[in-house]
Amino acid sequence: MSHPLLEVKELKTRFSTEKGTITAVDGVTFNVDYGETLGVVGESGCGKSVTAESIMRLLNEKSTKYGGEILYKGRDLLSLPESKMLDIRGNEISMIFQDAMTSLNPVFTIGDQIAESIVVHQKLSKKEAMKKAVEMLRVTGIPSPEKRIHEYPHEISGGMRQRVMIAMALSCQPSLLIADEPTTALDVTIQAQILEVINELKEELNMGVIMITHDLGVVAEVCTRVAVMYLGQVIEEADVDTLFDSPRHPYTRGLLQSIPKINGDREQKLHTIKGVVPALDNVPKGCRFAPRCSFATEKCLEEAPVLDELPNGQKVRCWHHARIKEREDVPDAIEAT
Amino acid sequence: MVITNDAQVNELSLLEKNVKKERRKLLVKRFVSNKTLVTGTAMLVFLTLFSFAGPLISQFSPLDIDPANRLQGPTAEHWFGTDNFGRDLFSRVASGAQVSMGVGLSVAVLTAIIGMVIGLYAAYYSILDHVLMRFSDALMAFPDILLAIAIMAVLGPQPVNVVIAVTLAKIPVVARIVRSSALVIKEQTYIEAMRAQGASSWRIIWRHILPNTVSPLIVQVTYVFAIAIILEAALSFLGAGVPAPDPSWGNILFDGKIVIYNAWWMTVFPGAFIVLAVLALNLFGDGLRDLLDPHSNKAIKE
Amino acid sequence: MKAYIIKRLLSMIPVLLIVAMFVFFLIHMIPGDPAAVMLGPEATPEEVAALRDNMGLNLPIYEQFFNWFTDVARGNLGDSLYMNVPVMDAFVSHLGPTLSLALLAQGFSILIAIPIGVLAARKRGTGVDRTFMIIAMLGMSIPSFLLALLLMLVFGVRLNWLPVAGYSSLAEGVWQHVKFLILPAISLGAIQAAVIARMTRSSMIDILSMNFIKTAKAKGLKQKVVIYKHAFRNALIPILTILGETFGALITGAVVTETVFNLPGLGQLVINAITRRDYAVIQGTILMIAVTYLFLNLIIDLLYGLVDPRVRLSRK
Repeated sequence: MSHPLLEVKELKTRFSTEKGTITAVDGVTFNVDYGETLGVVGESGCGKSVTAESIMRLLNEKSTKYGGEILYKGRDLLSLPESKMLDIRGNEISMIFQDAMTSLNPVFTIGDQIAESIVVHQKLSKKEAMKKAVEMLRVTGIPSPEKRIHEYPHEISGGMRQRVMIAMALSCQPSLLIADEPTTALDVTIQAQILEVINELKEELNMGVIMITHDLGVVAEVCTRVAVMYLGQVIEEADVDTLFDSPRHPYTRGLLQSIPKINGDREQKLHTIKGVVPALDNVPKGCRFAPRCSFATEKCLEEAPVLDELPNGQKVRCWHHARIKEREDVPDAIEAT
Repeated sequence: MVITNDAQVNELSLLEKNVKKERRKLLVKRFVSNKTLVTGTAMLVFLTLFSFAGPLISQFSPLDIDPANRLQGPTAEHWFGTDNFGRDLFSRVASGAQVSMGVGLSVAVLTAIIGMVIGLYAAYYSILDHVLMRFSDALMAFPDILLAIAIMAVLGPQPVNVVIAVTLAKIPVVARIVRSSALVIKEQTYIEAMRAQGASSWRIIWRHILPNTVSPLIVQVTYVFAIAIILEAALSFLGAGVPAPDPSWGNILFDGKIVIYNAWWMTVFPGAFIVLAVLALNLFGDGLRDLLDPHSNKAIKE
Repeated sequence: MKAYIIKRLLSMIPVLLIVAMFVFFLIHMIPGDPAAVMLGPEATPEEVAALRDNMGLNLPIYEQFFNWFTDVARGNLGDSLYMNVPVMDAFVSHLGPTLSLALLAQGFSILIAIPIGVLAARKRGTGVDRTFMIIAMLGMSIPSFLLALLLMLVFGVRLNWLPVAGYSSLAEGVWQHVKFLILPAISLGAIQAAVIARMTRSSMIDILSMNFIKTAKAKGLKQKVVIYKHAFRNALIPILTILGETFGALITGAVVTETVFNLPGLGQLVINAITRRDYAVIQGTILMIAVTYLFLNLIIDLLYGLVDPRVRLSRK
């Protein structure tokens, strides 16, 4: 049996800081397969970016400790030496960052920056690599790419820069693409175009994609499956339709109910989740969401729930998921504001 | 409509007092946790004590010549040895500290005042700015010591002239620092609003822009203090500074150069004090910058 | 870019004019009669009157300035009263040692400071970083002439490796030339090196925390490439500024350091001129140095364009 593309098993990422150790990612488990887009959703600080950077091993390893496994095509990335990781980064697994302006080096031309990874990984000459860079820019929908490659990042628009980032990430045909909030900094119309480009290239290359976002609209548009993260843990995972139709975790319900609906009742107030996210160095003892949850019982405060798999394949980290079956027939988990 | 009663006023003033107290506590905490600043301060305190107490505890006057005992190495009697006239080096270095640090302090205070006025007005009036900044460009084109040497050549070697020469060389640096932080403040909306309300420019400059430029000014002036000590030493070393027989660190080095192969102590002791003073001021300035600038805040480590 | 160069050149005109005015009026700051001061107390009134006439001191001040300025613009800095040669000749003949010394010191300081700065930034917060930064702090606090004296003590008294005084021109062989300049260059370059190392470190730390560094890592580039290609090129911009600014300090230091090591450079020229009250030499030398400094800064400014494409664009 061939290995799945990526299996993250009980990943733990700890940072040692002046204040002590902080566990930013605490036992995250998920899979991504070829041709699949997994959405990773959560508020800022929930550990989704740290998860992504752990997969790429981009964190400063002097102050970072990993636990668990990240199996890429069956090989554990966490135990690979740095020299082997160099062959994987940008070649097998690529990453797109949120802010393309600051993520591109201001003193090199676009062409140079795209060609750089081609030269490194495919052992092509600079000239051939530049040709390929032009090709990649064309694929991502940049007009007259042969002129653009001589321009600098500050000379092109924001949407164009994100296309450059995509071209750069995909120039070596990676099997896995990690997109960390790729559209957050962009206008809505440009957002749609960028997502479209990513989706098309995913189909073409049959890559797995991890789409990290806090925007459930993006998830609905491009993802096949979704993992919801809260305070360093996955608290619910399901395919996209199931998650939107019957969320089982109170937090997911809260997230979904806080999106305004275009055809919704205008008089009805939007929902917010009460309370604030606790700091990572001060996580609650039991269920991490319990202090903000209206379903919470004694048990929730005392004992941490595990990620339960339901018969339909949906996974939930909640003691009371059986009570939260359908969206309509349960008491409102959320305080109206 | 504002309704206040005594209780509310009391509560408010109490609150204000508490906030102030907290702030002071925090400042003390940050000062103590700022090792650079504490080290610099301690060294400065030591140097100040040395310059005043040194001449008192020494049984020799810095000017008494004793040809029989010339060029003696450090002994129990002459702690730092004696110079080429048989004068006690310890008391010369100690009273030299008064001269050298006195020149440095005078330069620091003068550049701070003059640089502040020039910087503030240049930032406020743009025509004046153009003129003043061209002058400062021109003045800064002269390497500071050459400018000082030239001025000394004209005015003659006197401690006052050293202060004038070095001050003139360093005013542009201070004025520029004040100007650039004043320019930032001047563009803020609340200054615009005040101007629209008809506040006088005097009031805006001195009451509202000035306080915001004080932190960078103080930090910069600390460095100017250090540079002034170096320049005084260099000028006196070249024979264009504090005239003999009065001691300054620079002219002790000047005397020492002639006999450098016979009397290392005449170079090493005054030299060590120059390094100590400059180091103290550099540390003090760096520490102060960290304390005052909330952006480069490495200061708080709890 | 061409328009920018022209604009930058034009903006130097008022500055040069002020520099010239300052140098000119220096003479008039002398308390009393400049001619009498120059000739000293033994001069007869006739001699003083002759010199006043010769210097044009009897003309109206604006006319004096105009005459002097047109002379200077033609490259005529006047004559040295003492040496009886044109100031320009004296300047040129003393330029060699100072230039060699300054360049050697600059080269030496760049060569050791930049690698140290980069290393300290990479090892930020470790013992290596702290040790280097303490050394740099010390280095910044030792005036170059003092370090020169200390080096003389060590090398002249204890060891006997290098000459501590004298000079040999480049014509007499490169090693012979450099040999006399090593100790002066070290004492002059140390303070430079300290400043550059500190600047390099803080600039590298800034750059290494930027997003594009993460991008470069995510591409699978080796750490060396990330640091030396992607980060260093960006960090170079503030370092260049410091290099331009500190070149002035270098000349400053050279003047004093030269006198310690008895190098026949500009420093010696100026110091001798002061003791001889040879004002034309003082004026001419500091004018030339100031002008050099201004043009040097112009060159540094233009170099920015090569390093930072953003500058090139905004200045087109």
